Amino acid sequence: MTFSSTLAGGDGGNALLVLPDLAGTDARSRRLSVMFWISLGWIGLVVIVAIFANVLPLDSPTAIGNANPGLGPSWAHLLGTDELGRDLLARVVYGARVSLIVGVAATALGVAIGGTLGLVAGYLGGIADVVIMGAMNVLLAFPSLILALAIVTFTQPTLLHVTLAIGILSIAPLCRVVRASTISLSRREFVQAAQVVGVRRRRIIFREIVPNVLPTALAVALVAIPGAILAEGALSFLGLSVRPPSPSWGNMLSEGRDVLAKYPLIALWPSIAMLLTVLSLNFVGDELRGHLDVKEGGL
Amino acid sequence: MPGPGTAHLRRDKEVLLRVENLVVEFSVGHQTLHAVSDVSFDVCRGETLGLVGESGCGKSTTGRAIVQMPRPTRGSVQFEGTDLCALRGEPLRHVRPRIQMIFQDPISSLNPRRKVADIVAEPLVAWGEKGSAREKKVREIFDAVGLDFDAVGTWRPHQFSGGQCQRISIARALVLDPHLLICDEPVSALDVSVQAQILNLLHEMKERYGLTLVFISHDLAVVRNVSDRVVVIYLGKVCEVGPPEALYDRPHHPYTRLLLSSVPVPDPEAPARERSTLASREFPSPLDPPSGCRFRTRCPGAQARCADEEPVMREVGDGHFAACHFPVYEPMTPAPSRTSVSLA
Amino acid sequence: MTILRHFTPRVTPTPSVTGVGPVLEVRNLKTHFQTERGMVHAVDGVSLTAEPGKVVGIVGESGSGKTVLARSIMGLLPRQGVFRSGEVLLAGRTISGLPESELRAIRGLEIGMVFQDSMSSLNPVVKIGRQITEGLEYHKGMHTAEARRLSLALLKSVEVPDPERRLDEYPHQLSGGMRQRVAIAMALACEPKVLLADEPTTALDVTVQAHVLDLLKDLQEDRAMAMILVTHDLGVVATRADEIVVMYAGQVVERAPTRVLFREMQMPYTQALLRSVPRIDGPRHATFVTIGGRPPDLTNPPPGCRFAPRCSRAQDRCRSEDPPLTAGRTIGHEFACWFPLGVGSPSREAPLTPTPTPTVGPSAERREF
Repeated sequence: MTFSSTLAGGDGGNALLVLPDLAGTDARSRRLSVMFWISLGWIGLVVIVAIFANVLPLDSPTAIGNANPGLGPSWAHLLGTDELGRDLLARVVYGARVSLIVGVAATALGVAIGGTLGLVAGYLGGIADVVIMGAMNVLLAFPSLILALAIVTFTQPTLLHVTLAIGILSIAPLCRVVRASTISLSRREFVQAAQVVGVRRRRIIFREIVPNVLPTALAVALVAIPGAILAEGALSFLGLSVRPPSPSWGNMLSEGRDVLAKYPLIALWPSIAMLLTVLSLNFVGDELRGHLDVKEGGL
Repeated sequence: MPGPGTAHLRRDKEVLLRVENLVVEFSVGHQTLHAVSDVSFDVCRGETLGLVGESGCGKSTTGRAIVQMPRPTRGSVQFEGTDLCALRGEPLRHVRPRIQMIFQDPISSLNPRRKVADIVAEPLVAWGEKGSAREKKVREIFDAVGLDFDAVGTWRPHQFSGGQCQRISIARALVLDPHLLICDEPVSALDVSVQAQILNLLHEMKERYGLTLVFISHDLAVVRNVSDRVVVIYLGKVCEVGPPEALYDRPHHPYTRLLLSSVPVPDPEAPARERSTLASREFPSPLDPPSGCRFRTRCPGAQARCADEEPVMREVGDGHFAACHFPVYEPMTPAPSRTSVSLA
Repeated sequence: MTILRHFTPRVTPTPSVTGVGPVLEVRNLKTHFQTERGMVHAVDGVSLTAEPGKVVGIVGESGSGKTVLARSIMGLLPRQGVFRSGEVLLAGRTISGLPESELRAIRGLEIGMVFQDSMSSLNPVVKIGRQITEGLEYHKGMHTAEARRLSLALLKSVEVPDPERRLDEYPHQLSGGMRQRVAIAMALACEPKVLLADEPTTALDVTVQAHVLDLLKDLQEDRAMAMILVTHDLGVVATRADEIVVMYAGQVVERAPTRVLFREMQMPYTQALLRSVPRIDGPRHATFVTIGGRPPDLTNPPPGCRFAPRCSRAQDRCRSEDPPLTAGRTIGHEFACWFPLGVGSPSREAPLTPTPTPTVGPSAERREF
């Protein structure tokens, strides 16, 4: 933390005399909190386990008949078995793959397309802005889940299509955020200075605007990932994502729902997994965003 | 609509920049904001033109209009023989290196995520200069503005003070060897002691690189000290133009007189200024400026003619022009440059 | 380790017009902020007095501590991480240690404050009239109708045109100068004994500035109020303050009645400050006299005089020993300097050669503030 820039004199709105900025003064708030690291740890665990699922000593997630159905946690099956005798731990781990792939890929799609559109709309303004924002508003007006449903139903419910559907949904919010950021940056004097120098438009966008928009965009993206995971969960709960017997957290929930009274654990584990993952991602995203803002604001 | 006219423009062949009948208007909802209404002035090579006025008078907008950001609604900006208003696209871009600008807010003028060496090198990169020639130029300019390239080149703007950021901005503006430098309130956001440093630096740079300056400011004392010629602007119109000695000692336009008498002088012996309740009225809005002479609502000498007819620039002294139907010919009391206690 | 400055009263305060002592007294006030980088000594042992009917001008650049001083006097500091010592007395009564609830009763009623940014002293969603009457109702227990009448009178006294209409308008509908006048009206509504004005006109245009300052002076004289005017502009206080206090790096470096200060300034910083201001009178195209270097880092104030690193007259003693405030020739004049400028007109005694523009090197770590 440093003193905010205190400058005297001037006309109009540029005279500022500010007290030392004590908001970020506490040693505590400057460093990332314990919860942040725990959350990051959980995410890391999930990611590693999902990636290396093949080489881990797990049972097959789809093999039926190796064990009795509805077993509780034991050394042989750490999380128990489901109603068809499949190892729940393995299913949760493989299900994590689906969630993570969809979450990250869909959000990446949203950032790529939405971000680009936002940059163009924000920097160019005029007709481009009107057209792009019009399209975004249309997209936003659709009830999101129904749109995803529609897309997936009319094509095959595969991982790719699910990712695409959710990705399309992520475009509009990201476009908006990037556009707002771009507009406010375009007004800053360093962008005007680049224009006065005669730098080409494309270079200005990539060299001056993007580096300043990126932190905001990433922070928003980080919080969009859990949203995508939840969306996938909902879709697969409705049977519109990967087909059984491939596990995903959503379809495990769906299967577990039928036998909830008898074997509650089947629905419980994927729920917990999703909860923890989404919570951790939200946490990390929030902290990072706050951290980045402080640095920018400390100018 | 007839404006103040162009009687004060010079026909010198050394004129580098001539702004004629410049109009900049913005539409705000259903209304029009008349930011700049028929402003004309010229700048000779090697001169410093001071553009002075209070906030909202349109001086900053004028400065930006010169570089076509925003494009003026009407009028012409003749720079080295070419009318910039008539240029578009690539031809306009190619003129840009010759006119550069520095801005008021030193921190906002620099990209917070780039190293300052890159910021200063950017214009060279954008115009295709490469390698060692580029680095040499950047080092040279860093040195010229008083910064140690090796020590601070990799730093980011937030690690510098306001005054240093302004130096970096100056370096960036000068790295392409411009002919004309437009300074938009370059020291207003800085501490007094730093102001002096930056003003000295600008002076030094002007001498060293043979620059012509347009110096925009609301600070009358600074403008007086740096300018060779002063243009006073009120509500988008030029009121008075002239050499600083003449303008500050014998201001003829009532607005100039009001401005000068309002400046606080650090001298307890200075006699109390004359006060007028008319003058204490606020600015009219540029959305709906008064008819005729725009200053008439605050002018103690306003008459019926001032509302009907807009005054035209007329010569009131050697190279000294004022746009007023009833210019004041008495010297200011007290004469600002002859105070009894001189502490300078 | 800094030798802390102590205020030894060498001068008896001039008896005021009414014969009662100063209405506001600040004794050895210190305000330190706990930050990540250490303890920032924003205000480090400042004392001053304000008397009814007189104006005290506090002058300093940014970082001198003058704003923190003003806020410390009013008790308007954050709760956490702030360490205060010293006393503030209002009409003889100590207010510095009082709890917030009691301070609230005092603010507005006995001390009025006008800030630099009128938009932050005015609530944007409350009408102007209400904002003025609020204070009257709270402090004086007035009824709404009576308070409104008084508000109208107040707006007239601050020369706000068309006051009836303004009472029902919102702050954003007014211009900057007008808002500042309203802020002044609010500050004066309950007829406080002291008015603290912290850079009240810095954000205003120069023509409006002059009027608002004149207005303040008139109101202050009419009501025989004490006024403390904080500013960075020597010009503002030259004709409007009775006493000027010059601050640098959290300390008072010189104080004197106004005319005495300008005629016989002793502290090189005061002189440098005066000279670095571009003047509208005097010769043109003089190279501007600069004060080289930057204000010190207040987390680690250097030992000795805090201005020594930038002072062209500094000697070894200046760098090791902190000069105390000593009395000058005239009563009421004090300065803190081991090698003052001496008797006579300052410009003749100490020819200050313009300091060359410093090259920023590795030693430049932190930003100016």
